[in-house]
This record gives sequence, C-alpha cells and structure tokens, in this order.
Amino acid sequence: MATRTFRIWRGDRDGGEFREYSTDITEGMVVLDAVHQIQAESANDLACRWNCKAGKCGSCSAEVNGNPRLMCMTRMDAVAEGPVTIEPMKAFPIIRDLTTDVSWNFRVKKGIRPFRPRKPDHADGTWTMAQEDVDRIQEFRKCIECFLCQDVCHVLRDHTKHDEFIGPRYFVYNAALEMHPLDTEDRLEDLKKSQGIGYCNITKCCTKVCPEHITITDNAIIPLKERVVDEFYDPLKRLFRIFRPSPRGSAPSGPR
Amino acid sequence: MSQFQRHEHDVVVIGAGGAGLRAAIEASAKGCTVALVCKSLLGKAHTVMAEGGVAAALANVDDRDNWQTHFADTMRGGQYLNNWRMAELHAKEAPDRVRELEAWGAVFDRTKAGRINQRNFGGHRYPRLAHVGDRTGLEMIRTLQDHGVHQGIEVFMEYTVTMLLKDGSRVSGAFAYERERGRFHIFHAAAIVLATGGIGRAYKITSNSWEYTGDGQALAYEAGAALKDMEFVQFHPTGMVWPPSVRGILVTEGVRGEGGVLKNKDGHRFMFDGIPELYKNQTAKDAEEGWRYVTGDKEANRPPELLTRDHVARKIVEQVRTGKGSPHGGVFLDIAWIREKLPDAETHIRKKLPSMYHQFKELAGVDITREPMEVGPTTHYAMGGVDVDGDSQMSTVPGLFAAGEVAAGLHGANRLGGNSLSDLIVFGQRAGEYAARFAGEHGSAQLHDDAIEEAMRQALAPLERQEGASGDGTGGGGGPYQIQFVLQEFMQDLVGIVRTENEMAQALEKIADLRARAVHVAAHGSREYNPGWHTALDLHNLLVVSEAVARSGLDRKESRGAHFREDYPAKDEAHSKHNTILVRTDDGGMKVERRPIAPMREDLKKIIEENK
Repeated sequence: MATRTFRIWRGDRDGGEFREYSTDITEGMVVLDAVHQIQAESANDLACRWNCKAGKCGSCSAEVNGNPRLMCMTRMDAVAEGPVTIEPMKAFPIIRDLTTDVSWNFRVKKGIRPFRPRKPDHADGTWTMAQEDVDRIQEFRKCIECFLCQDVCHVLRDHTKHDEFIGPRYFVYNAALEMHPLDTEDRLEDLKKSQGIGYCNITKCCTKVCPEHITITDNAIIPLKERVVDEFYDPLKRLFRIFRPSPRGSAPSGPR
Repeated sequence: MSQFQRHEHDVVVIGAGGAGLRAAIEASAKGCTVALVCKSLLGKAHTVMAEGGVAAALANVDDRDNWQTHFADTMRGGQYLNNWRMAELHAKEAPDRVRELEAWGAVFDRTKAGRINQRNFGGHRYPRLAHVGDRTGLEMIRTLQDHGVHQGIEVFMEYTVTMLLKDGSRVSGAFAYERERGRFHIFHAAAIVLATGGIGRAYKITSNSWEYTGDGQALAYEAGAALKDMEFVQFHPTGMVWPPSVRGILVTEGVRGEGGVLKNKDGHRFMFDGIPELYKNQTAKDAEEGWRYVTGDKEANRPPELLTRDHVARKIVEQVRTGKGSPHGGVFLDIAWIREKLPDAETHIRKKLPSMYHQFKELAGVDITREPMEVGPTTHYAMGGVDVDGDSQMSTVPGLFAAGEVAAGLHGANRLGGNSLSDLIVFGQRAGEYAARFAGEHGSAQLHDDAIEEAMRQALAPLERQEGASGDGTGGGGGPYQIQFVLQEFMQDLVGIVRTENEMAQALEKIADLRARAVHVAAHGSREYNPGWHTALDLHNLLVVSEAVARSGLDRKESRGAHFREDYPAKDEAHSKHNTILVRTDDGGMKVERRPIAPMREDLKKIIEENK
C-alpha cells in the first residue's frame, strides 16, 4: 500500500481551483476507486459521474494528467509517479467538480435522421442480413457515449464550433445508420450542410482516445467524407441533380 | 418553504433502462404525454451492462424451440414460485419484442443463414439468447433510446424521485429533485410506471452500480403497495474476485455458454459432482458431451456449468469453504482450454467475448485466451420486488405500475440468464400500454400540499443537520457513506448466499440500529450536484429493502432457488405453495404474509409435464 496525492479540480460554472487530497492505493485500484475513496473519506460532496465501473457505460470521463480517460479503466499503477491531476472534460460547460453539462450531445443526436428500414424480407417482420455485412456497423455500435472523442476534438475543444459541427461521436452514429444494410434514409446533405463534416481534418485524436478502440477516423469519418464528395462534387452527379428534385424534405436545423 | 417546479403528464415513467424506455415508448405510442425520469444520463442505466443476451424462442438456431419450452424452462428455473401467467406471456411475447428491436435498428449477431443468432445459456433447453457479442444490453438500451427520443417523450436526466404522491388510495404524482441545481420538481400524472431496477447496493460484493438502491421497491412500499418474494436475491456465480477493487464486476455466463469450464485449485471440474434431480435428464454425462452441446450438437445435453445460477453459485461457495478455491477466494473459469478444440480459438474468444477479454486484460492483467479467470459469486439481481398483476403490471396501488427488475413474479425463486432483458421489453411494453389505458380511463388525481411539504422537508433534512456527523463525514463513522458501508458489510455476511435464522435475526437488529443512526445523518455542502446528500437520501431505501430481504428470508424456512438456509437445507413442499408478501402496517411496521399461489391452468400444467 502506498499513499498518493491527487490534485482534483473543485468548483462550478463560476470558477474553481485544484485542491489536494491524498489516499491509500492498494493493488489493482483504478483512478475512479481513488476518487470514491477521497469522496467517502474527506470530500463527501465531490461531484463525479459513474455507473458500471467496468468500461461499459461511459459515465466517468475526465482528464487524468491531461489525458481524456474513463476513470474506471485507468489503473493507478499505469499513472505516472507524482501527484495525479484530475479535471473535468474541457469541451463542455462545467456543472460542478468533475461533472460537465453534456446535454448538447443529446440534442445533436435528436437532430440526426432516425433509422428507416426497408420493407421486411419475411412475413414475421424480419430481415436477412449476413454477418459480414453488419461487422463494420457493429464496430460503430460498440460506442458507449463517453464523449471523450468529442472532448478531444479540436473543432469543439479549441474552436467551440458546437453550432456547426456535430463531432466524432455523431459521425460514428451517422456512419452506423448510413452503412446499416436495411436503412433507406439519406443523411449526406445534412452531413455536409448542417453537421459540418468538412471541419474534420483527420487528425485522428478521436480514434486515439476511444476506450472502445473504434477506428473512428478511418472507418467512419473518411468513408462518410468520401460519400459526401461523391454526392456533391462529382461533376456528373451535380449535373444530374439539376434535373432531379430533392428526394427528401428540408434538412433539420443545425446541431443546436 | 422551498419552491418547486410542476410538470403535467399523462404517464410518468421512473427509470430509463430497458423496461422504462420500452414503457415510455408504448405509452407515448398510445397517445399519452410521457415524462421519463432517470437518476443518471440517458443510456447509462443498468441495462447497458447486460452482457449475454435476450432470451426469446425465435427458433433460429434450433427449430425445436417454441414458447412452450421457454415457459417450462422459466418455471423450472424459478422452482415453480413464478407467477405462471407472467411466465406464459413472457415466453409468448418475447420473440415479437426482439424482432421489434431489429425493426428499430438493433444489429444482433447473425446465423449463417443471415437470421438473428442465438446462444446457449444456463437453464435454457435450446440456444435461445439473441445477442451481440457480450454487449447485448448496450445494443438494446441504445436502440430503445434512439428510437424513443423521436417519439415525443420528455426526458428528465439526473432527476431522483424521493416520494410518490397519492390521492386517497391511488397514485397522483411523484416528488423529485434534480441533481444539477438541487431544485425540487413535482410530476403530476394519471399513472406512474416504476422501472428502477434492483437492490444490489445493499450488499458489499455486487455487480450493480450506485443506482441500485431499491428506490422503486421502497417508493412503492411506502405508498402502500405490497412487495413480493424479496428473499430471492440472485448471486451470479461468476463475478471478478481479483484485484480487490474490481471484486463483484460481472463475468458473463456467455463465457460458459461458449464452452468455459469451472475448476477448483486441483484442476477438478467440480460441477459434475452432485447434479440436482430436477436437471439430471438434461445434463451432459461427461466433458465430451458438454463440448458437443456448446458447439451445437442437438443430440447432446448441456454441460453442468450451464445449470441454474443458484446451483452454480452454491457449488462455488462449497469449493471455497472446503479449501479448494483459487488463491483469492474464488474458483477458476477457463475458456482458454478450447484452444485444444479450435485452431482459431483466440480469434473466436475475442470475437464472441470482446468485452470480457478487454475487462480482464485491462483491470486484472489476465489474457483470457491463454489463462483461466478467477471468479466468485456476486450480488446480481432481485427476483422479488413490487407485487404486480401479471397482465397489466399494476401494483396493489391503483395507477402505480412496475416493470422489469423492480417488479416481482416472472422469475420465481431464481432467474434464468437472458430472461431479464426479455422481461424488460415484454413487461415494459405491457406496463406502458396499461398505464396509458389507466390514464385514459381515470385521468389525473389531486396533489396534496401537506404531502409535498413533507417530501421537501425529508429531502432537505440531511443538509440542514450538521450535528450528527462531522462536516466531512469522517467523524465517528456517522457520514452517509460510512452507514452505507456498514449496511453492505453485514448484509453480505448475514443475509448472503448461505443464511440462518440466527444471522438474519441479527441483521434485523442491526438494520433497526442503522435506521436510528440514519435519521441523524448529515450531508455537507450545497444542493448542487452533491453525492453526499444523494447518498444520505438513498439510505432510507436501502434500509427498507434490506429489512424486506431479511424478514422474508426468515419466514421461508426451507431452501429453494436463490434462498439457501443452512438450518433448513432441503426444499419443503409446504413452502412450494405460497409467495411471501410484505406490506406496511399503519404504525410503520413491516408485516409478512404468505399468499397461496393461484392454481395453474390445465393447459400450462400439461406443458410442464411434457417438458419434464
């Protein structure tokens, strides 16, 4: 057992500061365990979110020594020696201590056109789909909505384009719908116009922080970008569009 | 007096896991205005952690399967204490509910023919669990959530209901506080659906999150509803045991469904010893037959690792108690051995059990494709809960419904793996439908100021007391966390897997003592996002459900399903004919009654006979 020091950000929307705590660390402990121990021992009102403690719910996102992480999947023995700094995600407004207001994400999702399947293949209302055809969207559907990819994306984190850009999480979500073998909806115009896929310049920061190891950039964002390019910048398709009315209603408003 | 904000809805659903979401979707589809109130963010409820699959007799993998066999399996697993009407409806309706998920965008693993794939699980005669690797719950909650947000449901995230409000005998609303600012809210509704899940946080070793504090059971009980079969708490046989900080985290039964075997420290496969009479005809004779079963041989019987959870958990405890356990007080669960059988075992394991691979690799430093896991029982699920009508899911309080884990009936004395996710969607749908119907027929009822004032007073009490504990909660073990730890510790020891009269009586004394301490507990800090305050408010619910488990457990003087009494180790025919009912008396006491089980319909009896 060893005692370690933590610098945890305490405060609310009006500001705050790092405060120091120390607690005993035993074998196998993760950062979230340490936070809970501090909460029970000396800071009952320390605010943090958590649920499953097993990397399945995506609630305990925070920045540990500057790295966006799930606290429940960050082992203390893997955190560099010295004081451990824990602070809330930077891309969202602070509520209190380690909790942030992530409601923007839920509003963005609601603005994405929902799943619209083709007619069922069978009388019992089901479809035939081969495993090979769903493998790639099953990767996207592993997302636990921890929003670490949103936190690390410079378009949101540094440029606060929350009004024009939906972030990596929702490109993955769009990709899961667009590449769903049964889906008949078309989301390309939304991606281009109101969801700002053009802002992504493929720095792959999102892929690096994903605790589910989803290859966000290569498997979701780049193929979507290609589809957008094919749809809107292919000269033949552009010509064709002039003579064809839009098959859809008007695009929903932007992410807000 | 503090202010509150008032909300008007036809139906208010409390809890946003599978059952709550499904109920909200249904009530909304029936034309009701619906509020969905949840303690965490949307999509984080316990359903997200479910791993193995959702049981439904789709017969995609084995065409001999049908609702009758699923019904018989569920009743056998529950040792016939189940509400047979619920078991019937569940078996009949689960396939449609699963197919509906696919229509809403869920992407289940596929068979070679391109249909929804199904896997083997404990107590299910045929491969029956539709699944997505070992993250089926995530697929289900995300599908329901994404479908639900387009149905006009109003979602209130991070709101906690602390009291149900009544008008005469019926329910008329719910009192809640919102975490972000600590403000109060009144939800005025014609009907309320409880979908708050279980009680695992009453125990020290549990697979359950902080949310599982028995809220729905306690809210219903305080509102005058009956609770049923609370003695039946499922200890899942395989939780992680090492390192200490991950103790209790679930290891899916899917590991055994894919061929994983249990061994003691001598390498002996102890599950072949002492197979229960009820399952003798359905269990493999040897390891070879067991392997044939998990690889799809229809002539083979299931390996003993896939016996019901109550049995497997007790066998593990027996190994540990007789000194044959693993170094950290569990046994070994080995899936790596299938390397002998499959050339691509490593890929297979990582494909079928990706989150288990990930979980052990990152949290325990164990590569499950090469080494065995150390596992032991963990508090997992409450079979008991709010007593409901089998068809409508309405409790004994008019207008108050319950669905999913918070409700009792479907699982009897022991739940089969996979029957929980199907429970959520089958009875979530029913609760939503009947709540909507109730709202349409009866409209809303009155709210009463005195009850609202009492609710506010109770909610603020821990913040207004500063004398009971030192401000930071460390002084004298009087803080809310310390009281919770004390409760968890003795519930684990005294009302756990193996129970006796003496120990449960001791537990009741300790609960009474803690209740006296809990009324003095203080919460330091402000009303804004204050987990200390929240923990203080949770204590009441935890104490109610803990008392309920101990009282019911004392009354059932036999061993059946998940309830094992060392002082009454055998099943007692006399106890096979009743459910245990708890009601609150006028003076605030908890009364235990035995209610005879309604005689089963002849056609259902016949199905059980045919499936023996």
